[in-house]
Amino acid sequence: MRKVVIPIGPQHPALKEPESFSVTLSGERIMAFSARLGYNHRGIEKACEDRSYTQNVYLTERICGICSHAHSTAFVQAVEEIAGIKIPDRASYIRTIISELERIHSHLLWLGVAGHEIGFDTLLMYTWRDREIVMDILAQITGNRVNYGMNTIGGVRRDIDDEQKKNILKAMDKLEERTLYYITVATSERTVIERLSGVGVLPHKDAVRLGAVGPTGRASGVDRDTRRDDPYAAYDRIKFKVITDDHCDVYGRTLVRVGELMEAYKIIRQALKDMPEGPITVKAPRKIPAGEAVSRYEAPRGEDLHYVKSNGTEKPERVKVRAPTLANVQTVAKMLEDGQLADLPIVIAAIDPCFSCTDRMTIIKHAGSRDLGAMAWEDLRTHGINWYKNKGVDFSRLNEKLKKANKV
Amino acid sequence: MIGSLVSIFLFPGLMFLVVAGLAGQFIDRKIYARLQNRIGPPWYQPAADFIKLAAKEDIVPDEANPGMFKAMPIFALTAITTSILYIPLWKDTALYTFKGDLVVVLYLLTIPTLTFFLGGWYSTSLYSKIGAVRALTQLFAYEVPLLMSILAPGLLANTWSLSGISQFYAAHPWYWLVNIPGFAISMVTLLGKLEKVPFDIPEAETEIVAGTFTEYSGRLMAMFKLAIDMEAIAAASLLAAVYLPFGLSFNPVVGFVIYLLKILFIITAMSLLRTLFARLRIDQMMSFCWRYLAPLAFVQIVLNLTLKGFILR
Amino acid sequence: MIWPGKMLKQVLGSIFKKPATTRYPFFKKESDSPDRFRGKLLFHPEMCIGCKMCMRDCPANAITIRKIADKEFEADIDLGKCIYCAQCVDICPKKALETTKKFELASLVRGKLKITFKAEPK
Repeated sequence: MRKVVIPIGPQHPALKEPESFSVTLSGERIMAFSARLGYNHRGIEKACEDRSYTQNVYLTERICGICSHAHSTAFVQAVEEIAGIKIPDRASYIRTIISELERIHSHLLWLGVAGHEIGFDTLLMYTWRDREIVMDILAQITGNRVNYGMNTIGGVRRDIDDEQKKNILKAMDKLEERTLYYITVATSERTVIERLSGVGVLPHKDAVRLGAVGPTGRASGVDRDTRRDDPYAAYDRIKFKVITDDHCDVYGRTLVRVGELMEAYKIIRQALKDMPEGPITVKAPRKIPAGEAVSRYEAPRGEDLHYVKSNGTEKPERVKVRAPTLANVQTVAKMLEDGQLADLPIVIAAIDPCFSCTDRMTIIKHAGSRDLGAMAWEDLRTHGINWYKNKGVDFSRLNEKLKKANKV
Repeated sequence: MIGSLVSIFLFPGLMFLVVAGLAGQFIDRKIYARLQNRIGPPWYQPAADFIKLAAKEDIVPDEANPGMFKAMPIFALTAITTSILYIPLWKDTALYTFKGDLVVVLYLLTIPTLTFFLGGWYSTSLYSKIGAVRALTQLFAYEVPLLMSILAPGLLANTWSLSGISQFYAAHPWYWLVNIPGFAISMVTLLGKLEKVPFDIPEAETEIVAGTFTEYSGRLMAMFKLAIDMEAIAAASLLAAVYLPFGLSFNPVVGFVIYLLKILFIITAMSLLRTLFARLRIDQMMSFCWRYLAPLAFVQIVLNLTLKGFILR
Repeated sequence: MIWPGKMLKQVLGSIFKKPATTRYPFFKKESDSPDRFRGKLLFHPEMCIGCKMCMRDCPANAITIRKIADKEFEADIDLGKCIYCAQCVDICPKKALETTKKFELASLVRGKLKITFKAEPK
């Protein structure tokens, strides 16, 4: 049959965020698949250099809506490591609780999105209704439903009082009962099993070779979890299980995520019981001494990496973010080999894509040179300014021009 | 002459079908929402959607064939309106009847699927073509069980005329209970015909944008959507006439109310089925229809033939 | 063989329960927000000492403090730029800023989003 190339994206009902995939089809079978990233690039790494560390806590939070606490905590942990600040115990427990609440919220959202991609809107409505319970709890504790603003350099900003503790425990009971119901639906509803099994298969050695992280990797038997391998916050004092699965397909990823949901309830209960009294923040200096640090965090989608380099002033020298979806998006091409078009949305949804986190990198290749093409940051700055100058756009007096325009 | 014009255009022809179609869509969406613990749309929503779509501009793609592109919705509407004239609604004879009109009605109800295919094909856009081909593939899957199970009661009644079937079952009450398995099979394949979950593969929103309807907008889209709603009512009426032929000998008003209750029952059952299942893949649907539904329909036919042979000698 | 339709009981039970949708403009008001909700800012000019720490720490440069007389300060807040993080509330040494629960702040005119808290004449 003749081959047809259809574009999935950048705008497509299957994708929640813009990304361009081009799929070569022959009938319903997928022959080739290629991805092109970069539609959501907002220049956040560059913007971080222009703002002080306190301002950056809020900027990194807004890299993504669902993993906002992940990025903010990873950044703050890196800065605290450079400055040598040790946060109080109560603060690390509170960070753990918020991060597990965020994991619950993200996985329930994923269950709904997976249901929608296979045409099962009822599952979408029910899981998102239960997600409202978590959102209300988060709004009570932090003041907002997403982008919580809990972190500050040296600890957390808000405390959890007894009334909120009771509400959290009540919510955990209710959510645990609902999650058990969703586990039975996912594992014993015939049409769901038919759509999810055998789809998007990623064998173990390919998962290791392509660097899959998070639930995508754990469903193929890759036993890596940053919370256990490189503990941060209060995870070294809390007992929990790392869920892995052997199915290697979308069904396995579903099982890993609902398993993580059940573990999250246990972690929150333990953390609430063990949380010591004490201050929630430690005074942090405004000027962070020179140094660099890498901090890792287990976001709901996988391992999130932040690298911060400071130079002794109030503003960081370089911030680099590597989101988990960047590692996982390369596995999609392998998963879709010999797949069908009808499986494409659920396979892409199964890696839980968050393209807002992903679009971070810019690689410029020198045309015609034998160099690998990686540019240093300073060279990239000069290259950008010169490129625009050649087009006739001059950025040098931009601030004055903006001030004049705003006065109108 | 005036009487037949009134019946064709007003009641039970075009106008009745339009109003009933919009009401049917409202009931379907409201029940779907309530089953999902939501509120659902208000009663005027389908009419408001129709008016909004009709007020928008029609965009015909450059490479499409304008004549066929614009004619397809009109063919769909005409076929469905013609089919309702031969279905007995609240008495045991339809408006017009002739020998073999069951087969003609089934044929007329297949024409909308064909117009979806042709409309998608002549749109010449990638997504429409994929959706159009899927619509035709789905036709091959559900058509055989549907035809076999709808023709089974006719076999028992020894006639291919819808009015004849209704008269037979009115004369021999309780024989319609034999056709219950056929009713179940028809309900499932009706979901395929009307492209509702779990068989809404040609119009899978998350996979191929809108399938055959991707390039349609404005008045043409409004006509297609209205055609789908009317097809739901016409097909439900057909099922009610063939499988639930009781209560046909009362006076017209009571008979009409009973007819509305039957349609309500069938539409509610379809909404319930829509809520419970995920969408199947096209190959899974093919294997499901040919492996399970077709043999069951065959069993129903054999059952009816034996009954006719031994009991109704 | 596993029969499909596992959610049947739950789905049928929903008919008898109240819908989970909150009919927002009619039923949920701004005052129903939780206590720590970070809405529109409120500035108390009499407590401000003009240290401008809030201006330094605002991630969006949304607040400007102006001195109009000795020990009298005014604040200009751009509601469009503000990200409602309440960092200024936390950092103010005299607690001159607080958050309210107002969130219905949308406007069709961009100029209306810039609000000024005037100092009281002494």
